[in-house]
Amino acid sequence: MTSVPATAVAIAAAVRAGEVSAREVLDAHLAVIDERETDVHAFNLVLADEARAATTEVDRRVAAGEDPGPLAGVPVALKDNLCTRGIPTTCSSRILDGWRPPYDATVVSRVVAAGGIVVGKTNLDEFAMGSSTENSAFGPTRNPRDLDRVPGGSSGGSAAAVAAGFAPLSLGSDTGGSIRQPAALCGVVGVKPTYGLVSRYGLMAFASSLDQIGPFSTTVADSALLLEAIGGHDPRDSTSIAEPLAALTSVLDRGVAGLRVGLVSELMGEGIAPDVLARVHAAAAALAAAGAEIGEVSVPAASYGLSAYYLIAPAEASSNLARYDGVRFGLRVDAPTTAEMNEATRTAGFGDEVKRRIMLGTYALSAGYYDAYYGQALKVRTLIVRDFAAAYERFDLLLAPTSPTTAFRFGAKTADPLSMYLNDVCTIPSNLAGHPAMSVPFGPGADGLPVGVQLLAPALGEATMFRAAAVVEAAAPALTEVAR
Amino acid sequence: MTAVNLTHEPIEGEHFHVTSATTGDVWEIVVGLEVHCELATATKLFCSCPNHFGSEPNTNVCPVCLGLPGSLPVLNHQVVELAMRLGRALRCSVEPSVFARKNYFYPDMPKDYQVSQFDRPINVDGWLDLPDGTRVGVERAHIEEDTGKNTHAGGSGRIHGAQYSLVDYNRAGVPLVEIVGRPHIRHPDQAKAYVDELRAILLATGASDAKMEEGSLRVDANVSVRRVGDTALGTRCEVKNLNSLRSLGRAIEYEARRQVDLLETGERVKQETRHWDEGAGRTRPGRSKEEAEDYRYFQEPDLVPLVPGPEWIAAVDAAMPELPAARRARLAETAGVTPAEAAIAVSRDLDGLAAAAIGAGGDPGRVLTHVEHDLAVDGAGNLDPIHLAALVGLELDGKLTATQAKAVLAEMVATGEHPEAIAQASGFEAMDTSTLEGVLDEIVTGCPDEWVGYCEGDDKRRAKLQGFFVGKVMKATKGRADGKVVTALLEQRRVAAV
Repeated sequence: MTSVPATAVAIAAAVRAGEVSAREVLDAHLAVIDERETDVHAFNLVLADEARAATTEVDRRVAAGEDPGPLAGVPVALKDNLCTRGIPTTCSSRILDGWRPPYDATVVSRVVAAGGIVVGKTNLDEFAMGSSTENSAFGPTRNPRDLDRVPGGSSGGSAAAVAAGFAPLSLGSDTGGSIRQPAALCGVVGVKPTYGLVSRYGLMAFASSLDQIGPFSTTVADSALLLEAIGGHDPRDSTSIAEPLAALTSVLDRGVAGLRVGLVSELMGEGIAPDVLARVHAAAAALAAAGAEIGEVSVPAASYGLSAYYLIAPAEASSNLARYDGVRFGLRVDAPTTAEMNEATRTAGFGDEVKRRIMLGTYALSAGYYDAYYGQALKVRTLIVRDFAAAYERFDLLLAPTSPTTAFRFGAKTADPLSMYLNDVCTIPSNLAGHPAMSVPFGPGADGLPVGVQLLAPALGEATMFRAAAVVEAAAPALTEVAR
Repeated sequence: MTAVNLTHEPIEGEHFHVTSATTGDVWEIVVGLEVHCELATATKLFCSCPNHFGSEPNTNVCPVCLGLPGSLPVLNHQVVELAMRLGRALRCSVEPSVFARKNYFYPDMPKDYQVSQFDRPINVDGWLDLPDGTRVGVERAHIEEDTGKNTHAGGSGRIHGAQYSLVDYNRAGVPLVEIVGRPHIRHPDQAKAYVDELRAILLATGASDAKMEEGSLRVDANVSVRRVGDTALGTRCEVKNLNSLRSLGRAIEYEARRQVDLLETGERVKQETRHWDEGAGRTRPGRSKEEAEDYRYFQEPDLVPLVPGPEWIAAVDAAMPELPAARRARLAETAGVTPAEAAIAVSRDLDGLAAAAIGAGGDPGRVLTHVEHDLAVDGAGNLDPIHLAALVGLELDGKLTATQAKAVLAEMVATGEHPEAIAQASGFEAMDTSTLEGVLDEIVTGCPDEWVGYCEGDDKRRAKLQGFFVGKVMKATKGRADGKVVTALLEQRRVAAV
């Protein structure tokens, strides 16, 4: 067998050049899945047959002298909250039992149109609610770097799939850190784009004003490649940004000379593990060495981000998840009246964390409480936008930790939902502001597990963010081999 | 609850008052109407499914209007256009608006929330003038989506006790505008006139086909009562299930009497939703809920604020057709009548014809009578107003009787010919006086007793016998004689005889 390149950029180039077939690329990845998936459980569903059929088409096009596109023959894993036509899409929930969407999400169509090969649907915390993938109805995903530890969440399956070598690329969704935190914990690159840059059509909503789809990959360039393929205006999403997507892959080598990068004071202190802080400072030093100016900046309202998020996101979720009522699709538990059927279905179909957030959100929106909770949270959101705007008057980019700690052990935080929620403290402000942010691996923490550093940019600042990410990546120390 | 006492007598007049049989107090009705109307768009509010009534169940559906996971709404441009047209016709100001979610569970609502406009509606603060001159305020006219339709099978046909329910989602996501009227209506007839006027405006602007019977126009009435002279509003009940204008009027009257009875016996009106039962002629309380609904409104995050630019609003204004109130005023001026008297011609869309016929010299009163009563709305379009004026002239000159004129008019509509030609061909040429005198001679001679009675009897007997003789003449002339002329000739003879 011809040797299969490791990165998406290299694979696509080789497939387009006819140096390796899409089928060979796929088979190599299916072999890795065969070997390790039982341990890792990254997937809810591996689509081996469908993927093989898709490679046949890509290979036919190459043979015919056509260009299959920028993702030619690259295996891509999809978070299982992205609708795939005729293929079960579960959100890792019992409530969607048996449901097959009659349509593809826009990002899925774009991946396929770009020549990408969908290899499977990845595990997640039920309805993307969680930070460890322990809330999946189908059992947890394990961190490929250490199988006793969580991969993070909620896109834990997508992060693990890339970290384990099951696919060079995957897609996740990030509502409060659900791409960046698992990317950090699994030692891969994860990007949450500007809100509206990637169409949400076909993403099963958790919190519509915060949800954003983005890539996972082992390299910064691969994420840029995937984001270019999926981004850009979609008339089916009213919140989709109309402007054309800025070029990313072609600007990666431009460096950071003269860029001003601010360390966010509020995210560099209490609650953040010292070894994680040390890695962030080291990344700042690497950026400085490449010519960036480093400073400190305060984003005062960021301190209230977590509280505001845990009102806004559940409030929207309580409404978004109302449609799972047993009437039209998915699970139905029969009962004498419609209301009793709704209740029985939802009681059986939803897990504890989903129920907890539906109740939180319902309460936050209730008459008499709206102003004190949801209304107040919206004000905090406005303040965060304002404080970020002030910070970006002085800085081009901000730098912070992605996750307060490295990957934790299974069960370490399941008993106390609040301690689990604190995982998102550094990632949430970008969602509330609608700004892009990404996590880039930057060597091991004290326990030898990966640490991710987070680059934050103003709206539509992806190009600058990716340039800095490439510099950080180049300076990142190798992750020492960790016991599995 | 006390039995409803229907002995109260309504007082006729501008305001509908109820006088208590027991206390003699006079009560006033206060009504505000909420009207939902389906907009006449080609496609639904947030997707490209056809907006079409009467298709096979669940054929006009897609992931968006079925609320399938992952689907997202995209606002239909035509909805905004039609909503603005209606709003501007109702003298509303068009404001930047936002969509909100109204959350509640019901099987006919695919997402278990309804996308509507809550605290920032597109059209605010307008009014509507009734033909009687009353100005009824319009608080708002906002955009929202319709629900699907449940059919309950088995049991009573209602949701309780049904064996199973079927849901048709064809209507789910059809665009609606809800027009919230202020409580300025004081009479059941005014309520009916308001809906009539609104319907005329909806049709004129092309916003809706406004068919109550197909449910594309649905009316709920908020009804309260208060003692005449009170300024505070009483507790209101919202009456639903009003499927016709007749139901609307009856329901308001019934509900007002019910509330007066309650208040006069020292009870309170409970704020609630009530359903009109047309068969029983009464309202009944809706399903009682343990708690008040909390819809948990919040801004719809899947849609962006709707901010129509000033150019768009100006274009809507520029393209605004002449509205019924203006047409009534115009015809009233031309015809020298009140706007209320011009209302029927306008509502029949025959005001243009009437004005042209009057302009061509036709007598306004006779012209209006014809367009109000004698012309079918369909087919009147090819009637030449000059011919209509000529017809009216023939009538006034005594050359055609009223009955003949109607027959001629029907022929004019059918053939497009001139009334004189039709009258001649039909032998309708009015009889001259000398011919009539001859006919009368024969009849009077043939009925000597009746003639004596006519000449010498009291007024009552003379009136009766006048009818007898006119009838005889009509019979003898096969209706070609003019009744008025015959009466005059009879009277001349009587005076000459005595």
